[in-house]
Amino acid sequence: MNPAADFYRDAFARVATTLPGSELPWLRRGREAGLAFFAEAGFPTLRQEDWKYTSVAAIEKSRFMPPPPTANGVAPGLIDAWGLAGTQRLVFVNGRYQPRWSNIDPLPGGVTLASLAEVLERDPQRLEGVLGVLPAGYPSGFAALNQAFFSDGVYLDLAAGVALETPVHLLFVTTEAGLALHTRNVVRAEAGSRACLIEHHVALGDGAYLSNTATDLVVGQDAEVEHLKLQQESLKAFHVAALDVDQQQGSRFVSRSFALGGGLARVDIRVGLNAEHAACTLDGLYMTDGRQHSDHHTRIDHARPYGTSREFYKGVLAGASRAVFNGRVIVQADAQHSDAYQANRNLLLSDNAEIDTKPQLEIYADDVKCSHGATVGQLDPEQVFYLRSRGVGEVDSRTLLTFAFAAEMIGRVDMAPLRARLEKLLLGRLPERVKELV
Amino acid sequence: MASSTVKLDELISQEYRHGFFTSVETDTVPRGLSEEVIRLISAKKGEPDFLLEWRLRAYRHWLTMAEPHWSTVHHPPIDYQDIAYYSAPKSRQDGPKSLDEIDPELRRTYEKLGVPLEERALLAGVAVDAVFDSVSVATTFKDKLAGLGIIFCSFSEAVREHPELVQQYLGSVVPYTDNFFASLNSAVFSDGSFCYIPPGVRCPMELSTYFRINARNTGQFERTLIIADKGAYVSYLEGCTAPMRDENQLHAAVVELIALEDAQIKYATVQNWYPGDKEGHGGIYNFVTKRGDCRGDNSKISWTQVETGSAITWKYPSVILQGDNAVGEFYSVALTNHYQQADTGTKMIHLGKNTRSTILSKGISAGHGSNAYRGLVKVAKSAVGARNYTQCDSLLLGDRCAAHTFPYIEVKNPTARVEHEASTSRIGEDQLFYCQSRGIAPEDAVSMIVSGFCKEVFKELPMEFAVEAQKLLGVSLEGSIG
Repeated sequence: MNPAADFYRDAFARVATTLPGSELPWLRRGREAGLAFFAEAGFPTLRQEDWKYTSVAAIEKSRFMPPPPTANGVAPGLIDAWGLAGTQRLVFVNGRYQPRWSNIDPLPGGVTLASLAEVLERDPQRLEGVLGVLPAGYPSGFAALNQAFFSDGVYLDLAAGVALETPVHLLFVTTEAGLALHTRNVVRAEAGSRACLIEHHVALGDGAYLSNTATDLVVGQDAEVEHLKLQQESLKAFHVAALDVDQQQGSRFVSRSFALGGGLARVDIRVGLNAEHAACTLDGLYMTDGRQHSDHHTRIDHARPYGTSREFYKGVLAGASRAVFNGRVIVQADAQHSDAYQANRNLLLSDNAEIDTKPQLEIYADDVKCSHGATVGQLDPEQVFYLRSRGVGEVDSRTLLTFAFAAEMIGRVDMAPLRARLEKLLLGRLPERVKELV
Repeated sequence: MASSTVKLDELISQEYRHGFFTSVETDTVPRGLSEEVIRLISAKKGEPDFLLEWRLRAYRHWLTMAEPHWSTVHHPPIDYQDIAYYSAPKSRQDGPKSLDEIDPELRRTYEKLGVPLEERALLAGVAVDAVFDSVSVATTFKDKLAGLGIIFCSFSEAVREHPELVQQYLGSVVPYTDNFFASLNSAVFSDGSFCYIPPGVRCPMELSTYFRINARNTGQFERTLIIADKGAYVSYLEGCTAPMRDENQLHAAVVELIALEDAQIKYATVQNWYPGDKEGHGGIYNFVTKRGDCRGDNSKISWTQVETGSAITWKYPSVILQGDNAVGEFYSVALTNHYQQADTGTKMIHLGKNTRSTILSKGISAGHGSNAYRGLVKVAKSAVGARNYTQCDSLLLGDRCAAHTFPYIEVKNPTARVEHEASTSRIGEDQLFYCQSRGIAPEDAVSMIVSGFCKEVFKELPMEFAVEAQKLLGVSLEGSIG
């Protein structure tokens, strides 16, 4: 029994009846299984290889509380400021869906887009197989807590052949400090369907809280799903996110993760290429400053032949911040003709920043093409010289080149409003005189 | 290609060439490990008190440790009480006065292994400190080396003749608390080699030791300590073969290298211990701790290894780059065939300013072999201007083999430049086709491609070793395409 277990057991006893689907016996059992698993496993420790560089002791100590079932007020103006043009918008405040700030346009036939709580009320059997059990394969203390406490999230189901052209903007807002928010998203894209989701985390104020989110995604045969993520939590917040993707034959999946906020952010992305000819792209950019800690763990499992994966992560580290990148690519014994490429590039800008990167290849098949690369370094002195010889000051040159380094990842985003937002955020970090040069 | 496949199958499943057993009476301590056994080993070797105390501290620490299980290697549990921790050839009783007095049986063993003793040593220009099981039997070229002030002898002799050097440096790179197998070694190490190069001396010849496990059920716990004093240079070769047997044997050696200011140490290994049979039975467990310490400014330590033997190879020859401008290098070829497992790599710990390291690792997996590169490049805050380049390539031959890469990169200094690259592939059909279309037989083509794959590492080996290494790879690899 770990010491945190009692605290969370009490907390669960207090909120159990307010959680969605509390009257469903299978969900109740599922939540209790999560609690039992947490009692057993506790929070991860540095002694666990997957958490070697990321200490969550502060989360354990903080004793964050589950949120009250009613949402605090958020000024609608703020929601609009965070919003993205041309999207279906679902707003979650402190882990609960807020219909009045959300905006769902008429959907094409075959698309179900609703909050998880709503589906649990209306049509619970749709979720029994997904929510009744702990996330398969990689249970951690965080997954278990999420299983026990999840309060809401999105449910998106696309029938075969349906294309949802409007991207879905999921806006998660945290309004106060001290909360533990557990959200869960479930996405099912059936054969030949297409969708794009934007998972967006923001906060009011600069309080400390825990945002623990888990997304479960199935990409059916020849389906295409894009998952974009913009993490702008408060600089004292703890952000823990898991994304599990099950890819079927010929499916395409794209993940782009932009980690800008959070005091401590840990993202786990696990993609299973579980049928032939599946392909995935995993991109990411983490920018840290001050005492931020940003950790990305990705796992691409080439389980079947003819899978393709492309992974590219970049990091810019300033202040006394620290970033961790762990990219694991597995090629199973039968997954012949797999093609995997992975790269991680890091820019260290200050004396006190630290990067720990670990690209891993585990290969059990012979007819494969796999490579990876990782670099840690500074700006190219020749590029700085080039700019200086054209009259740009030393500091400005470096800032400009840093911007260009990060902008490469932003340029890969197809969705224009998000790309514009990211550029704005990046530019916002630059001094005025450098902005003119961009 | 059918006929050549048959030929290749024969080649790939070739029996272990060095599998013979020399029957020499050995003086073996009963199986099992206890403080008594350690006292007995120490007493038999007539060791000073400081060393016995050190062994006992190591043993007591070892008792508190658990066997590590984090690597990718798998093996049945090892019964540490079922190992005889000491065996010495009986003939050691009176001590051979010259090479002629050496047991002819032993001499024949060395001849079979091609150890250049006597005139052959002179011709080959190699001084050999041959370790037959645990006690050094003969050391050549001692006088010549002694003239330059170089000490090159067995560890036991160093303990007797130069206890102050041993006391000063033993355990200063690999402390007895370092890891499970290093602690075990510190408690029970039987013998090994000791080498000290005085300031400003360039060792005129390649120093070489042939380790050989011989007596049944005696695990070997070698201890090697090499010190290159200011401005000294030494190149050291270690080669291994072992007789054929069924039972698994544990080999937990420790190698410590110390390079002071402006000193340079090159350490090369060709490891060809018994790898077990085709079904994966038997073979040596090679769990070795090797570490070099670039203690002085401008020092350099370079590890080169060709690992083709052992059922399990588990080691990470490392360099601690303490001095400013120190250089660390690691060149490795690791081959696993049948059911062999290798988990090897290096650690480059950058502490000094402008320290540089290069890692070049070539893994070849065939049959059911499993090969992992596991490495750490650590740049501490103090390591201004540190530079690392790492390249790990894996070649896969056969659809049941495995290749893994686990590089850890930890950087705390913004002026550091660290690059890591890795690739995994098999021999391309197009490459084979190209060779065959020019009249080159498939097995020759594979051999050529593999040689090319390993070339960058082989060129770091001394010539004699490079030839042996090429041959070893040739035998094990040619048939792996089908």
